[in-house]
Amino acid sequence: MQYVDEFRSAPVMAALRREIAEVAAGLPRPVRLMEVCGSHTMAVARFGIRELLPPNVELLSGPGCPVCVTASGFIDAAAAIAARGAVVSTFGDMLKVPGSDRKNLAECRAAGGHVEVVYSPEQALDFALAHPELEVVFLAIGFETTTAAILATLDGAVERCCGNFSLLCAFKQILPALEFLAQSDLAIDALLLPPHVSSIIGGLAYDEFSARFRLPGVICGFEPVDILAGIAENLRMILNGEAAVKNAYRRAVRPAGNAAAQELMSRFLEPFAAAWRGIGVLPGSGLKLRAAYASFDAARRFAVNPEGGADDPRCCCGAVLTGRLQPSACPVFGRGCTPDRPLGACMVSGEGACAASYQYRGDQ
Amino acid sequence: MCLAMPMKITALEPDRHGRVESSGLSFRVNLKLIPEARVGDFVIVHAGFAIEKLDQVEAERNLAIFEELARGMERA
Repeated sequence: MQYVDEFRSAPVMAALRREIAEVAAGLPRPVRLMEVCGSHTMAVARFGIRELLPPNVELLSGPGCPVCVTASGFIDAAAAIAARGAVVSTFGDMLKVPGSDRKNLAECRAAGGHVEVVYSPEQALDFALAHPELEVVFLAIGFETTTAAILATLDGAVERCCGNFSLLCAFKQILPALEFLAQSDLAIDALLLPPHVSSIIGGLAYDEFSARFRLPGVICGFEPVDILAGIAENLRMILNGEAAVKNAYRRAVRPAGNAAAQELMSRFLEPFAAAWRGIGVLPGSGLKLRAAYASFDAARRFAVNPEGGADDPRCCCGAVLTGRLQPSACPVFGRGCTPDRPLGACMVSGEGACAASYQYRGDQ
Repeated sequence: MCLAMPMKITALEPDRHGRVESSGLSFRVNLKLIPEARVGDFVIVHAGFAIEKLDQVEAERNLAIFEELARGMERA
């Protein structure tokens, strides 16, 4: 695969590992780095990145998986919509996310609910256009990257005046989550920043955050070479007392980001205080449809509230999502909470810290 | 859900779509988010949409630095 395999080169990884060890040897105290993207979480587990780091460099997983941070009330709302005869169209990793009563959309489908799994939101719109007699609701979750794809789809629905297509929205923004983490008592020393969210919002989007919190960060890709290079650059900044946001993924992140995507986001959406599973409500952290597009808002069409719900009290997703608990240290990890029968969302999505940790159990 | 891969555009199709190819597999993707996309460009594909063009000059520059680092370590 072009521009993939080259970034998995073993000699380059070995060189970066040595460089990390050299810089880390000069650090006066142990440091904690956090990655805040579900695909980083997955790649770190898959490529055994933690095994390659010296003992004084700890790598935490943050709240960057959109499936994991979606409130359980969202699943309740989707199930209620399906129960009313609408077609619920979703990315596959939402199927096993437990709602408030631990019931998920896979069970809802088994009980006769019409739940369709799609790879692209565009498939949901195509389905709605082909079936004007059905109501089609797409489960619109995601950070900026997925949000852009969903809004490009919505733009198509508006253009074609598709009256039977709507979105149940739980869009999240990465920067309010970073601000929450920076203000917490986690004592994070540096961040690995999400590559494809950054493709959308642009490398310059972090400037204000960086200036305010004086926290080093590196935008880096998902391949092991990218991740190790991002860690090395963060360690160099920590060592030098520097606190900038650097772009180590210039091949796909421009300073200003993707203008077409940003135009869609400002046209269709406005910020609001959104609920994050296991974390709570964060001001300005969600994006909802503007009133002008209310007819495409499934929450209004079906009078449901996707923001509420209660998590299983045994689930420690909140502590996992904020790096306070390594998945394997959770009392129910692998015992009562498995990918087949998850208690919380982190065990569901392939990009959840618990599911990644469970799948690559050598990583503990 | 967030897996995104670089893929090469092999053809443009009507309604701002295109064919992309990776490892011999061909997919139809939406190119609306990259109005300037052309045949031969590499794009990052996410959930059926190309979300950004891959800058091949930057990618090669990046790889050259890594290769130099690896060679330097071998010599060391």
